Order: sequence, then structure tokens, then C-alpha cells
Amino acid sequence: MASLRQIAFYGKGGIGKSTTSQNTLAALADLGQKILIVGCDPKADSTRLILHAKAQDTILSLAADAGSVEDLELEDVMKVGYKGIRCVESGGPEPGVGCAGRGVITSINFLEEEGAYDDMDYVSYDVLGDVVCGGFAMPIRENKAQEIYIVMSGEMMAMYAANNISKGILKYANSGGVRLGGLVCNERQTDKELELADSLAKKLNTNLIHFVPRDNIVQHAELRRMTVLEYAPESKQAQEYRDLAQKIHNNAGNGTIPTPITMDELEDLLMEHGIMKRVDESVVGKTAAELAAEAAAAA
Amino acid sequence: MTQSSNNVLDHFNLFREPEYIEMFESKKKNFEFPHPMDKVEETREWTKSWEYREKNFSREALTVNPAKACQPLGAVFVAVGFEKTMPFVHGSQGCVAYYRSHLSRHFKEPSSCVSSSMTEDAAVFGGLNNMIDGLANTYAMYKPKMIAVSTTCMAEVIGDDLNGFITNAKNKGSVPEDYPVPYAHTPAFVGSHITGYDNALRGILSNFWEGKERTPNDKINFIGGFDGYTVGNLREVKRMFDLMGVEHTILADNSEVFDTPADGEFRMYDGGTTLEDTAAALNAKATIAMQQFCSEKTLAYAAEKGQEVAAFNHPVGVAATDKFLMEVSRITGKTIPTELTKERGRLVDAIADSSAHIHGKKFAIYGDPDLTLGLAAFLMELGAEPVHVLSTNGGKEWEAKMNELFESSPFGKGCHAYAGKDLWHMRSLLFTEPVDFLIGNTYGKYLDRDTGTPLIRIGFPVFDRHHHHRRPVWGYQGGMNVLITILDKIFDVMDNTTNIPAKSDYSFDIIR
Repeated sequence: MASLRQIAFYGKGGIGKSTTSQNTLAALADLGQKILIVGCDPKADSTRLILHAKAQDTILSLAADAGSVEDLELEDVMKVGYKGIRCVESGGPEPGVGCAGRGVITSINFLEEEGAYDDMDYVSYDVLGDVVCGGFAMPIRENKAQEIYIVMSGEMMAMYAANNISKGILKYANSGGVRLGGLVCNERQTDKELELADSLAKKLNTNLIHFVPRDNIVQHAELRRMTVLEYAPESKQAQEYRDLAQKIHNNAGNGTIPTPITMDELEDLLMEHGIMKRVDESVVGKTAAELAAEAAAAA
Repeated sequence: MTQSSNNVLDHFNLFREPEYIEMFESKKKNFEFPHPMDKVEETREWTKSWEYREKNFSREALTVNPAKACQPLGAVFVAVGFEKTMPFVHGSQGCVAYYRSHLSRHFKEPSSCVSSSMTEDAAVFGGLNNMIDGLANTYAMYKPKMIAVSTTCMAEVIGDDLNGFITNAKNKGSVPEDYPVPYAHTPAFVGSHITGYDNALRGILSNFWEGKERTPNDKINFIGGFDGYTVGNLREVKRMFDLMGVEHTILADNSEVFDTPADGEFRMYDGGTTLEDTAAALNAKATIAMQQFCSEKTLAYAAEKGQEVAAFNHPVGVAATDKFLMEVSRITGKTIPTELTKERGRLVDAIADSSAHIHGKKFAIYGDPDLTLGLAAFLMELGAEPVHVLSTNGGKEWEAKMNELFESSPFGKGCHAYAGKDLWHMRSLLFTEPVDFLIGNTYGKYLDRDTGTPLIRIGFPVFDRHHHHRRPVWGYQGGMNVLITILDKIFDVMDNTTNIPAKSDYSFDIIR
């Protein structure tokens, strides 16, 4: 058990978290690691590339059928996919009802009690969007993930989310062992993306652990519900994920306590790199018509 | 062992036996690692000081022994006041066990209430299925005429929507389409049992009143509010209305269900406002609420429907009852009969007879906002001083009303109202500015023991004295009961402090 490494992937919704994490974990499996993926997203799509299946029976949907979580067995919820990677999805309620955060807590408690982590080298949590409530912070609470990897891009909102997640980590870092493992930039081909991601990583007191270039082969693989590692192991992109996997593997114990920044500092960062122009305070809150009238008056 | 099957000791005596005393001492010495006794004593003395009081009153993030309960308790209290109505609390079972035991311990009666038994999966997926099955089961098993739904924290935190859920349950056939299932959202982390009372009553009334045409008549509606004396009080109010010839509907009349006779027949439901009367109550000329802070939303709703509304603050004593009866008389046009005038005279006579003993005595009171207002006014009427008046669920409006009351009489000089404070604050008040008597519920017995301030039990809950809820505290007769309760304690204390032979018993008098 001492060798068990627990990591988690966080990041803004739609950033490519699940794709990046599954490809990376597939590469780790290629390295001979025994892996358990815990999907912590009500959409239950964190393991489809590993399992070649759209969505598996989730812990919570099975629990609802059986009457309660206590009535479930580990075999009911755990599926085995590519290279023996074990997959579970916590699942959650339909949009608009219930409490998805509570669902994550319930599921993780169930997995721990049932011994799902025994004999594993890696447990990886894939968590939705943002740390909106205590439930989604479950993987970063004490004795869970040691390192958090934030998947982001050069987009303003992705960076904003990365900063927010760092705040969540900071809350638990001083009382528990959780650390920020690093940023993973999933290329969006925005301006000066690499520099920007690197600067943000420094501001957050961490490293840009890897810059994953954009490649359509990822989409080709996804359409076949496969990771690139399985679909095209010889491809350049597969090598990128192998590099990322190796870096994460070597990064054990190198996590840091993040230093989240303010919204203003984040904007300053964008301005430094010339992505954003300094805001002219005199135009804030003025409509196009008002500005046109002002311009006419000045002329 | 001192105990055997031939000699079974009860808990009063068992733990005073040597083997237990020795065991407790050994446990303390070997396992508790306590601070030295002198340090404990020193700290205890410090907590009695003004310095500690100031620290205590600057407390921000901690409440110690709040004198209030939570919203659903009030909602259950309302629900059982309607004909064959089962209170249904959407949430976890433990919460419902608390409401039931709380009411049972006070009224010494069974308290029927069901829960939707939400468990962990309901917390995650929402409690719709629990509502569907729960309503169907309740309807089938307990055959109520109405099911009144309220909520616990759990359902509120996850945002369960009662309106939608109940409609869905009806669509699924849990209960017939036209079956009454009124509801109220009653998050326990907002307000207190009096808020829950108000929300639930408004929910039930709107279930019957909404979309109906109002044809005004001369009847009046009466709302008691959350009241530990509901059995005695509602019966007394009915008696007074009948004496006056006032046609009335008591809304949420739980005076029967909390006092069912032992005649061999179990009554899960008893008495209660009939559903027919509840619907017809829309047409009443006016709605009168005995406790303003228990019925703010309900009264606003009645007013919106075109009724005249009037609210009191738990009237106790001569002037307060005068005001209440005169207002009823004004609204209904009925005169106050000689019988009640005589009762008034008897209460005035009794107060005069005992005035020497009660005049100038200092009191601390805590409890619900209306109760404390009613009791403080009565004490001032008796010539006593309500020095500390504390209400955990009282807000700014209550505090302003209380201050207004203090200013209305010389006996209110130097008296203070403490809104939102708890019983640990009261402890500091009793140590730093001692009073002669404390008025409060059963939990006040710890303050009595700790500070030596004799407790007069008036309020809710009273678990450790029986049957007080059967006697009214409203009306002139109710005022008489309160007077007698206070006087009994005054005389008991007098006897207990003058009973040492040849030392203090020169005042151990036969006549008081």
C-alpha cells in the first residue's frame, strides 16, 4: 500500500481533461503500472476511451437500483479495460436535482471500504469542471490524492479555473498532504500559449509539466472510443502522452503548495504577454451608442 | 454487589453504592487526567465574573444552549391540529424521531408523524422517489384525510422542490388527484420552530384558499401559535369565545390530539380543525393571532385575502387579556359577558392579595419572542421587574417591542432585552446581575443549579414536570394560573431559606 500513488486531474469543463488523463494513464499502463481510474463526474465519461464503452453502470445508479450503497459489491461497479486498467464511475443525479457533490463523497467512501485500492500502483481521479462544493474537493482532502494535475490552456477562462482549483488545493494543503503536481497545457492554439501557461505555472508556484500539442489524431481515436496510445501507438501524439506519463511518474513527491493569484494579477499576466490590452477605465460600463456619441462630441 | 434480584436498586441509589463511587474515582484518577481541583474552582469562579461576561457577550462563532428548536418541529405542531392529518416530513428519519420525542416528552402523549426516510442515495439523486413512495405508504397505512408536508435540512440543502414532487407523486397515483397535500419548505437552519409554525400554517391555508372566491361572513379565525400550553389555552379561548357568543374557527387546533383520554381506544388523530372549516375560514371576517412572531406570513396572507387581522404577543394577565377581549368585542360586535368580567375581578383580587410578596422582585425570563413579551408585561403589572429578558429566536423587532414595553412602566427601568442570545449568556447575566427568580423551560434547571436562581417553569419544553400544558395561561383564569405558579415558587423559596431551627426559623411561618 505504501507505494500507492493517488493523483487527480482537475480543470475547466471541456478542456480535454478526460482525454488527456485517459491517454496519460494508458501510457502509464504501458509502463507496467496497475491503475484504477475513479471518474468523479455525473456525466460518467471519464473512462470511455479505456473501456471502449460509452458509459458504464455507475456506482450511484447501481446503488439506486439496489436500494443503497451497502448492497453493492465492488465487482458490480468495476470494469477492466485497456492493459488491465480498472475503471469505476461514481455517476450522479440528473441535472437539476439532488446533490452531485454528495455523490462523489459516497462513491469514494464506498471504494475505500471495499478495498478497491488494494494492490494498485496508481489511483487517478477525474473530476468535473470546477471545485464548486466540498464534494468535488473529496479527492484533494486528506489521505486522498497526493498530487493534483490541472489541465488548462491559454484561454482566459481555463486559466481562471486553474487558479480557482489552486485555491481549493491551498485550503487543504496546509492541513493535509495534498500538493499541486503541475499544469498540463492542452494546446488550443491561442496566442503565446506556451509562454502564458509557463508564466501562470510560475505564479502558482508550480511547473508546466507538459505542453500537449494539438493533433487531430486524438479526435480520430476518440471517435473509435480509444486512446491514441491504443489506436496509433507509433504516432507522434502517443509519444507526447508517453512523455507526460513519464514526467508524472517521475514527479512523485515534487508537488508544491500553490500560491493562487487574484483576478487582477491574472489580468496583468495576460497584459504582460500582450494578450489583453490595458483596460481604459473611462469606457467601462458604457454602451456602444454612448461611446459613439462621446466620439462625435469630441470630433 | 449491593444489588440482587431480591434487592433491585433504582438509578437514584445504585450509583451511590461504594463500589460505584470507588469506580468513578478510579476512572477520574486513571483515565480522565483532570486539571487539579483548585484550578477547576478558580476557572469556575472566573466564569462568574464581569470580565468573563464581557468575553461571553463578544462571542461570535459559537452558540451554547440556544433556547429554540428548528422549523419542522413547528410544522409538525401545526399539522396535527387539523382533522385526521398526518405530518409528513421530507427528509431523514432521525429528524422526525426528534420532533416526535420532543412533543411526546412535553405533552406525555404519543406523537404521530412520518418521514420520507431519505438516505444517502436520496441525498445524491434527490428525494422524488421517497416522496412518491412515502405519500403512497402514508395514505395506505395510516388513512389520513390530509398529509401535510414539511422538510428537513437535508432536503433543503439539495434543493428538493416540494411543489413539483407532490405533483409528480399525484401523477404517479400515490394519492388521489384531489387529495389535500399542503406543503411548506421549512429549512431547519433558518429561523426556528415559530418560523416553521408560520410557514406550515400558511401552506395549509393556501392549499384550501387559493383560487377560491371569498364571501365574507361574521366568523373569526383564531391562531394560537407555537405554544406549550396549547391544550389548556385553546380550550380556554374556546370557552371565552362561547361565553361571548363569538362564532369562530380555531386554526390548527391541536388541543385534543395532545390530550387524548385513556378509555381503551388509541387515537392516532383526534379533534383538529375540520378540513371543511379550514376551507370556509377564507370567508371569515377577521383572523386573530395570539402570537405575532408565530404568524407574520400567515396573517399577511389572510390580509391579502381581504380579512381584517390582529396580532397579540402572548397576552398574560389583566391588561393584556382586557386588550385581547376588547379587540375581539370590537371586531365581532359582541359584548364581554358578566362571567368574564367577574373572572377579571377575581384575578385583580388575587393579585392584590399577594402583592406584598411579589412587588419589587427581580426576574430573568427566556423563551420565544411572544411568550417573553407576555410574561414581562404581566410581571410589570404585578409590580415585579423583568431585569433580563432573553430570546434566542427574537430579533431586532422583538427587541424594540421589548424596550417599548420597559419604557411604559417604572418597573421596566433598568431592564434589558437580549435578542439572539443563548443560555450561556443568561448564565453570565445571572452571575453578574443576580435576580430573585428565573422563568424558562426545563433546560433552565441547569441555570438554577449553576447560579442558584430558583427556576419557575413556564415555556416549552417542560419535560420534568407533568401536566402543566393542561392548564391555560391565557385569559383571566390563565393569568391566575401563572400568578399561582410564581407565588408557589416564591413561598417555597421563602420556606427553604427560613427553616433552620433556632437560627432562621423565626420566619418559618404558617401564614404567608
